Amino acid sequence: MARLRRFIRDNAVPLALLSPAVLVILLVVLLPLIFSFYTSFSNYRLIRPDSLWDFVAFRNYARVLGDGEFWSALWRTVLFLTFALNLEMLLGLGLALLVNRITWGQRTMRTIMMFPMMFSPILVGFQFKYMFNDTIGVVNNALQSLGLAQEAIPFLVDRWLAFASILFAEIWMSTAIFAILILAGLFAMPRDPVEAAKVDGCNNWQVFRHITLPFLMPFIYIAMTIRSLDVARAYDIVDVMTGGGPAGRTELLWTLIARTAYDDARMGRANAMAYVSILLSIFFTWFFFRKLMAARKHLGAF
Amino acid sequence: MSRKQKDILTWLATFIVMLIICLPGLWVVLSAFRPNGEILTKPAVWIPRDLSLDNFRAIFGMGEDVVGIPVASYFRNSVVISVTSTVIAVLIGMSGGYAFARYRFPGKGAAFLWLMLSRCVPGIALSLPLFILWSWTGLIDTQIGVIVVYTAINVPFTVWLTEGFFRQVPRDLSEAAQIDGCTPWQAFWKVEFPLAKSGIASAAIFAFLTSWNEYALASQITRSTDSKTLPVGLMDFTAQFTIDWAGMSAMAVIIINPALILTFLVQKHLIAGLTFGGVKG
Repeated sequence: MARLRRFIRDNAVPLALLSPAVLVILLVVLLPLIFSFYTSFSNYRLIRPDSLWDFVAFRNYARVLGDGEFWSALWRTVLFLTFALNLEMLLGLGLALLVNRITWGQRTMRTIMMFPMMFSPILVGFQFKYMFNDTIGVVNNALQSLGLAQEAIPFLVDRWLAFASILFAEIWMSTAIFAILILAGLFAMPRDPVEAAKVDGCNNWQVFRHITLPFLMPFIYIAMTIRSLDVARAYDIVDVMTGGGPAGRTELLWTLIARTAYDDARMGRANAMAYVSILLSIFFTWFFFRKLMAARKHLGAF
Repeated sequence: MSRKQKDILTWLATFIVMLIICLPGLWVVLSAFRPNGEILTKPAVWIPRDLSLDNFRAIFGMGEDVVGIPVASYFRNSVVISVTSTVIAVLIGMSGGYAFARYRFPGKGAAFLWLMLSRCVPGIALSLPLFILWSWTGLIDTQIGVIVVYTAINVPFTVWLTEGFFRQVPRDLSEAAQIDGCTPWQAFWKVEFPLAKSGIASAAIFAFLTSWNEYALASQITRSTDSKTLPVGLMDFTAQFTIDWAGMSAMAVIIINPALILTFLVQKHLIAGLTFGGVKG
């Protein structure tokens, strides 16, 4: 107790300054999460309020882990994130290197590049739902007008085409984050090591691999950290594009949670799934945050 | 390859990238000015023949065809909720960011990491307990209920951004002002705040965009015209038997406009904020 009092007295100013931030997160994030942690051990259904006190221990978790639907959604989500983050990183790197080469109109390019970042995910979803529609979509119309396809391609109905369409929407929206941050890294890069390496006879690839890329790594990890903070934004895109359907073919973990909680009204089981999704997000963020810290130290050694 | 060939290749690649980035948005904007009849025609009409503002009149309840979706109320809710939650989140974030930038205290690194981790809880996962708790407390389907939630999800990021900018303001300036007779409070507002202003502006833009674009949480804790925001309202169109593509496009244009304008105004600070906040540890 005395130690706590001394701690508060010694750090009164920073504690006071931080308290509003801590308070609001405590009330709106932490407390609800503690509540939902309890709920995940109960048989809570929205239509029967009493069932909140129906404690079932690990039954929800056991049911969820034994559920084929859950595993296929989780597997699809991990596949989706792996493709999305890697492709965004590669495309962002390519885009940044490209824009860095342009001398005329570079500012305009940078502004246009930020365009998709401003879009609400729900708008991105709507935009591609509209473009990929099988009867009126511009993509199908163009293919048919050009004679490249005889009949409409069911972009949002076929299992893999729908997955690819959603992936395309996600990549369209988020590549800019990587491109912009990597471009900032390219601007900040000192010229001397590159020129020294060229004098020593390194070719372009060697310069890129051993000088440019290591310098860019912290910037890539910041982008990864920022991205992993909101990977769950994909929920909005899927919800508007396919709603997880048809017949659960594009179901991601997040759409499955929403369906279980609000359509089936099984709050207990949905909360058990939600905890899996929270752990997934925390893992991604923590992983890249650690990488960022390590890369920073490495950069400091230059 | 000669230098000239390389230049041509660079330009070609740039052109293709621009096309992929710009065309989807432009197609939606174009559709917002076309009647549904023309959008649905088979074979497709490529050169628009009939451009008008009818779709915008319809979604705002003016003109002949009235869409049964109260876009005007959704717009009002979106503005009130986004502006209020941004102002509160920036004030709280400035206070927290200043503490991280200027003071040393035990557990600082851990506190920062926890703040960031609180941001990565998926919206849909957080919506489950909030839906129940907000129903019990009567906060569900009220503007205040949404404002509180948006403030909380914006605080971690505003703390992060403002911290980076406060750290770039030299400590000596505030000390010098205090020697000249300012109170710490005056020194902050007269010396440190003006110097960090551009960074705080970028934090505000980020917070505003997050609130303005958010869907997963709002779709569960809003129900009626009392609190529904534009992104949630956009989904009203899909609930109808036939999708009104032209109306949806018009609403999409309304949602994207404020975001675009704000971004053009502050894009330079936006990039600087993201980079310095993260790299210079």
